[in-house]
Amino acid sequence: MGKITPESRSVVVRFAGDSGDGVQLLGAQFAESTALAGADFSTFPDFPAEIRAPVGTTFGVSAFQINLGARRISTAGDEPDVLVAFNPAALKVNLPLLRKGALILLNTDAFTARNFSKAHIETDPRETGELDGYQVVDIDMSTQTLEAVKPLGLSKSDAEQSKNFWALGAVLWMFGRSRAPIEEWTRKKFAKKPQILDGNLAALNAGHAFAETAELSAEIPQFVIGKAPMQAGEYRTITGAEALALGLAAAGELANRDIIFCSYPITPASPVLHHLARMGELGVATFQAEDEIAACCAAIGASFGGKIGVTSSSGPGIALKTEAIGLAMSAELPLVIVNSQRGGPSTGLPTKTEQSDLYQAVYGRNADAPLPVIATAGPGDCFDAAIEATRIAVRHMTPVFLLTDGYIANAAGPWALPDMEDFEPILSNTPPVINGDATSEPTAIKRAIWSRDPSSLGRPWTAPGMAGLAHRIGGLEKDIATGDISYDADNHQAMSELRARKVEAVADFIPDQDVEQGETKGPVAVVGWGSTHGAIWRAVHDIREQGYDVAQIHLRYLSPLPKNLGRLLSSYDKVILPEMNMGQCATLLRDKLGLEVIQLNKVSGQPFKISEIVDVIKESYPAKAKRLKKAAE
Amino acid sequence: MNAPLTAKDFATDQEVRWCPGCGDYAILKCMQKTMADIGAEPDNTVFVSGIGCSSRFPYYMNTYGFHTIHGRAPAFATGLKLANPALDVWVITGDGDGLSIGGNHLLHVIRRNVNLQILLFNNEIYGLTKGQYSPTSRLGTRSPTSPTGSIDAPLAPGAFALGAGAKFIARGIDTDAKKLAPVLKAAQEFNGAAFVEIFQNCIVYNKDVFESFVGKKTAKETQIHVEHGQPLLFADGTKGLKLNTATLALDIVEVGEGGVPETDILIHDETNAVIAQMLLTLPKQNYPMPLGVIYRAPTLTFDDAFWAHHATQGKRTGKVADALRKGSVWKKA
Repeated sequence: MGKITPESRSVVVRFAGDSGDGVQLLGAQFAESTALAGADFSTFPDFPAEIRAPVGTTFGVSAFQINLGARRISTAGDEPDVLVAFNPAALKVNLPLLRKGALILLNTDAFTARNFSKAHIETDPRETGELDGYQVVDIDMSTQTLEAVKPLGLSKSDAEQSKNFWALGAVLWMFGRSRAPIEEWTRKKFAKKPQILDGNLAALNAGHAFAETAELSAEIPQFVIGKAPMQAGEYRTITGAEALALGLAAAGELANRDIIFCSYPITPASPVLHHLARMGELGVATFQAEDEIAACCAAIGASFGGKIGVTSSSGPGIALKTEAIGLAMSAELPLVIVNSQRGGPSTGLPTKTEQSDLYQAVYGRNADAPLPVIATAGPGDCFDAAIEATRIAVRHMTPVFLLTDGYIANAAGPWALPDMEDFEPILSNTPPVINGDATSEPTAIKRAIWSRDPSSLGRPWTAPGMAGLAHRIGGLEKDIATGDISYDADNHQAMSELRARKVEAVADFIPDQDVEQGETKGPVAVVGWGSTHGAIWRAVHDIREQGYDVAQIHLRYLSPLPKNLGRLLSSYDKVILPEMNMGQCATLLRDKLGLEVIQLNKVSGQPFKISEIVDVIKESYPAKAKRLKKAAE
Repeated sequence: MNAPLTAKDFATDQEVRWCPGCGDYAILKCMQKTMADIGAEPDNTVFVSGIGCSSRFPYYMNTYGFHTIHGRAPAFATGLKLANPALDVWVITGDGDGLSIGGNHLLHVIRRNVNLQILLFNNEIYGLTKGQYSPTSRLGTRSPTSPTGSIDAPLAPGAFALGAGAKFIARGIDTDAKKLAPVLKAAQEFNGAAFVEIFQNCIVYNKDVFESFVGKKTAKETQIHVEHGQPLLFADGTKGLKLNTATLALDIVEVGEGGVPETDILIHDETNAVIAQMLLTLPKQNYPMPLGVIYRAPTLTFDDAFWAHHATQGKRTGKVADALRKGSVWKKA
């Protein structure tokens, strides 16, 4: 395995240490510097499940991974090329993830008998041969940091806190980055703690100088990562959770209605609530309910009251909301249900990612209770997906599932800021006007309230407080015309069919399924949905460069499916479907399209590696299929 | 100028489907009349219910209404009040709906002090599911699910509400419209979560379970109608409740000749939670049933606090386009 070379098109860097080592701050600032340097990147934090795990233990290791390059970057990277490990536990946990030959910067000050014992390491790994084949650079980072900070008179423990800045300084040198923007950020961030500020700046500069002047420069390669080809425009870094929160606020703005977001804390969905709680000025109000059920019910109550009710959770919480979701469907009220999926079943793997709530969203309710379901493909896409989910909910007067997951929620990358002018307003079905005395003709009111738009089947959105429209709704079966309670057999048949047709009608409003890479027919298409988008994109892109005629199709709309999807998919000889579950979308396609796919299922709690997808494409590629003459791109 | 609405105007065209003789009829009638009396606006009034016999109530009120799911009406009502705090919202629930499956939500809507009225129709039995014992059923209640008698200690709804932090607790009897109507009015006027327990007779599954105190003939002896600032007297003023300072309990005493002077009788103070506690947990045996407004101690409502703490008091003052550009933004040429 070769060394990392300066001409690498992309590099994966991973920072790992104790929860208290400031690894996330280090990673975020390196990402910021990467953004300013014009490279593309994708980041993913890997937190321990424990809030404050004991220092030095393997289960207390916190990591931050960034994939950066002078080309389009679509995932946080398969195998790190560079690891910065602050202690033995961080090395132990992360070594198996690394590419063979990777560069490892070790804080040797932490390589003590005491820390080996905490990490259950018997022999110093530097002496066992297990690091053979890697470029290991020993640096006494803690000592170096203390030396640099000593003149400032900080306590030893405070001084040592700055070692993440020391490492940041060294890494900035490795990538030829300017320190100025980081210094500026640091000055703002620690303005109220001048001593810590001075310590951090001293450490940053010392790390940079150390890497530059030490003879290490022979050992530490410098990476030259150029600017990535990105469209002109304004960019910022955004996580999926924040983009989703902003997207909901944008939906409220486009609908000119306030968002009432009702939720209950759960991993990994809580950050959406946290972000929205600070967006009050955008017409957003957040309510932390007593439980998941109440959160959903309060959101429905808000929708009944004429505001856009939104609830959010992860799989176990969604299960609790299920009965209420059925009511919103039956009462024909808009509701957006955000599911930040995590590893399951039951409590499962709360901090790990999975796409295993698709059945729950599409099929998981009592009785025939069809609902629209859409999925977001990545952090920035959460913004658009939230707007689209709200648009469908309001237009068709129905609950809509918006599926995201733990990976998308926490992953981040550069995001081209959308222009709000590009979005169509979200229009609701206007309340009816009743002529004459409202109280004398109750049936006329009822008929007007339930007169559904013929194309969307959405009913007018009336709300208490509107004059002359007082009426009652509920979960009992209602007469199709008047909304009165009805136990009539034919009516129930008609209502059941109406509810199914309403979801089908969504397909009349959504775009045809497009092909993101490749042709509209051919030997192989890779179909995906949700957060597998980035890994599939890179896999298909790379394999097309090798001459394989492979297409990428990524689904946003899962219920209903785009009308052309069946025809499109049947024009490929083989369809491969990678998903982070045991085959739920594969079942859906078999159910709705009668289509058999080649399944690639992964439920390890980790996102797909590009290589895993590439391997399956190669295995499945028909031997006789033609190769592309010219490399793509 | 439209003529004032009458009780009839608050009735809907729906056929009422409770069992003949059900106490719910009397409550419905009393509510419709109360609505007319207080000049309620149908367009700004909402009845929200869960599941159970009592929860059919909204269908019969010519206002806005939402018949929701079992036990969750308080949560729907909370969301509705967030969407439109100006609405007058009534939550209709029962002992099963509100205290069993929905106990959690009842607890929280009360402790948050959401500005709405909660009417809990207590008949100490599950009616709609055909007669199983409920969380308020007395020990030994025989039912299809407790053929040898129930063993679960019953919950005292008023004491539950007080424990949850209720600031308004009142009681009434289904068929005693004269006394129930002012309780409903007081609940409606109260700024905050007003909890009203209504003793409701399920004539099919728990007939006359409250007969010991609702019987008109013996009412003077078996009921005590509390009034703020007035001594706790009953039986035409011949009996009263006196605070026993040794046991910290209320004793029944004879008043007047041969008994204690009226000045010995405890004066009802509706703002005093300790008195409310004693009244709400009076033994059922031998003691009169306290009715009327037992506790009323207004404080900040959830509705007011929620919007006071909101960044912009509920106003949309910002643009998403600006919010997108908060923090570090860079330009790509």
